[in-house]
Order: sequence, then structure tokens, then C-alpha cells
Amino acid sequence: MSNNKETFGKTVGFVFIVCVVCAILVSFSAVQLKPLQVANKLLDQQTKILEASNLLEASGKDPKSIVATFNKYVEAKMIDLDSGEFIEGNPVLFDERRNARDADKSEKLENDPAGINRQSHDAVIYLVRNDAGVVETVVLPIVGSGLWDLMYGYVGLEADLNTIRSVVYSDHKETPGLGAEVMNPKWKALWPGKKIYNAAGEPVVNLVKGGAKSDDVHGVDALSGATLTSNGVTRTLQFWFGKEGYAPFIAKYRAANSNGGMN
Amino acid sequence: MSSEAKKVLTSPIVDNNPIALQVLGICSALAVTSSMANAIVMSLAVILVTAFSNLFISMIRNFIPSSVRIIVQMAIIASLVIVVDQVLKAFSYQLSKELSVFVGLIITNCIVMGRAEAFAMKEKPVVSFLDGIGNGLGYGAILVTVAFFRELFGFGSLFGVEILPLIQNDGWYQANGLLVLPFSSFFIIGLIIWAIRQWKPEQVEKD
Repeated sequence: MSNNKETFGKTVGFVFIVCVVCAILVSFSAVQLKPLQVANKLLDQQTKILEASNLLEASGKDPKSIVATFNKYVEAKMIDLDSGEFIEGNPVLFDERRNARDADKSEKLENDPAGINRQSHDAVIYLVRNDAGVVETVVLPIVGSGLWDLMYGYVGLEADLNTIRSVVYSDHKETPGLGAEVMNPKWKALWPGKKIYNAAGEPVVNLVKGGAKSDDVHGVDALSGATLTSNGVTRTLQFWFGKEGYAPFIAKYRAANSNGGMN
Repeated sequence: MSSEAKKVLTSPIVDNNPIALQVLGICSALAVTSSMANAIVMSLAVILVTAFSNLFISMIRNFIPSSVRIIVQMAIIASLVIVVDQVLKAFSYQLSKELSVFVGLIITNCIVMGRAEAFAMKEKPVVSFLDGIGNGLGYGAILVTVAFFRELFGFGSLFGVEILPLIQNDGWYQANGLLVLPFSSFFIIGLIIWAIRQWKPEQVEKD
């Protein structure tokens, strides 16, 4: 213990010095490591988008080849969700989570089945081309409540914007072994080929408790032991592919590309 | 290495284990032990924070006014934790995502504060540093043991590599759902404490 005589001035002086030293240490590490952290975050996002467009196996897990593959095939574009039109803007700077907290850039949802509370006006979507430059996959980000917290993910659609190529969750806090099975490759393998819309154009894709029938083109097995997570996934998908989500964009995109030889 | 230094370094692993005997730091031991990788990274983080907070606090122990000593210790510990968190985010993004708040919560880990107050405030810097490493290792030993059982029997894998093929992956092993949940660590830690006290009966408290 301290054995020197304590005076008020000495104590304040000592605390001040400790604070300055600690502050320098913390700010130095934060500033120095920032570029690495930003790069990590971007790499994580690019990895998920490549996974959603089935390009991850081709590119491998090496960070350099992931970035190279992403830059070669993937084009990020901003859209306005209400009109479905492409808009100007830098997709790299777009941050859905920050926008959703900003009253000017988002709106409070009255009808909120996905449980996201506020929805950003804009969104970033990813057009993934093949070597011939034809769009093969469109990757759309989704977000919605699971059991514990918001779950963030990507849906990769084939060029008809109806057939699912993949559903990839990137960020969630679901129960390990139950809801967290959304990350299980076996469950993810159930998605390819499923259709989002029925003949009337309604988003009817859903998780089926007890297992989907083999001829059900809209249904995927629910996660066993995770009813609330499964319900969350269904609601999230139906919300984002409904009229408050990507439906206007999908309609515009189909109309613009219908004479371009797309089915 | 002198025998005293060796004792300071190794005694917290079994003889004076921070979790099993001092019963400190239980909450993070529940939260981060669902996989081996998480447990090892968390242990390393705690070893670093405890060692360096002990070192720095011991270096300035004769200057710390006793009226503000706890808050000074806290400031040093908190700064170290932030630095560790930043480093983790920069070099091991996936793990930092999984450990999320628990790295930040090392600040409230009683082991760090307890060693600073009980040891580093009295002893010289080098031996305090070793004491920090020793207690971090003791914490880590329990964490890794718990994580071994939880990951092996809860997920059928170790370090993410499948050991017992799960039924949902067409194997034969029905995963133990209890071990997946954090509170199952209570049972495992309890069994570890029982095992240690069978081996070293002098740790048993007198009635």
C-alpha cells in the first residue's frame, strides 16, 4: 500500500497522469489497428456474398483470392426500396445498421412481421456476373428477428429473381445447436431450387415444421427444436420479398431485362 | 528460474486455482466455453490482461494514493482490455465476433481485479507479472477443460473438427443439448472442483 503522505493535489495529479497514459495507449492502438479491422469486416462481408452466389468454392478461402473474385464478378448497386429503381450512391459507404437508426434515412414500419422496427429507405444489392458478363445471381441482403436478436444474412437468387440459389446468414445470436443450425451446411443445402413466389406473385417461401414435402417448391424443413428461429426466418423472407421489401425492385428489374433473353 | 518464482507461476494452476479454489471469474467461464477455440483465445486474453495489469500496477504501487487505488487499478485494467479487444478485432475477426462482449467483460473478471489488489499492490513487478500469468493459466486450464467436454459432447467436435459424427449429419451421435447451453458449465466446474479436492483434500473447507 502507499506509504507516502496523501495530499489532494498529489492525488489529483497522479490520477491525471494515469488517465493521460491510459488514453494515449488506447487511442494509439485503436487508430493503428483501424485499417486492419475495416479490411477484416469487408473481407467477411465479401466472403458471405461469394458464398451466397456459389463462388466461394471456386475462389477458395484465401483472402487475396476472395477479394480478387469479388472484384471480378460482383457489382454492388444501390436501390431505393420504395420505387425499386437503381439510385446513385457509394455502396461501400452504405451501412444498413446505421441507416436504420437514422430518422432521415429510415422509416418506422407499421407492418413489421420481421421485427426490425425501422427500415432503411435504400439498400445495396449485388449483381454477380459470369465470365461472359451475364448476371447469373442477384444477392439481396436480409435482416429480421430470430429468437434472441436480429439475424443478418444474404439470399442469392438466380437470374429469374424467383429461384433461390442460397440463403446464407452472416450474423446472428441464436442458440448454439438449435437456432444456430441456420449455419449448418446440411440445412443450407436444402435451399437451392426453391421458389419464392407462387403463381399469384405472393412471397410464399416458408419453413415447414416437421419437414417439407418433397414436391413442395416453396417449403424448406424448419430447424428442429428452434421454432421461434424458424418462424423468424420465414417472416424475414416473406417480408423482404414482399412489397415493402424487394418486390418493387424485382418487378422493375424483370421488366428491364425481359427482352434481354432472361427467363 | 528461482523456486519462488516457479511457485508463484504454477501454484494457481491446481493448488490455488482462481476458479476452483477462489471461485472467481465464474461468469465468463460459463459464457465462452462452448468451443475450444473460444476458450483458448479467451484464456490468452485473460493471461495477457492479468499479467500486464499486475506488472503496471506493481510498478506504480508505491505512488498510488490509497484513497483512489481501486479506480486507478480499474483504469489500467480497462485500458488493457480495450487494447486486447482491438488487437483481436484486427487479427482474428471471426473469433472476436463469436466472443463479442465477453472480451470487454474481462474488465469485470474478478480474477484480474483480485490479483491486482491482493498481490500486485504488495509485491515487486516481476513476481507480480508471473503471478498474473500463473492465475491466467489457472483460469485457462479450467476453461479449456470445460470447453473440451462441452464441445466434444455438445457438438461432437473439437476445434470445429468432427470427432463424433452427429445424427443430423448422418452419423450416430445424438448431441447432448444440455452441454450446448452455458449453465451446463456449472455442472462441469462442480465436478472439476470435486475431482481436485479428492486429489488434494487440504483444499476442502472445514465445517
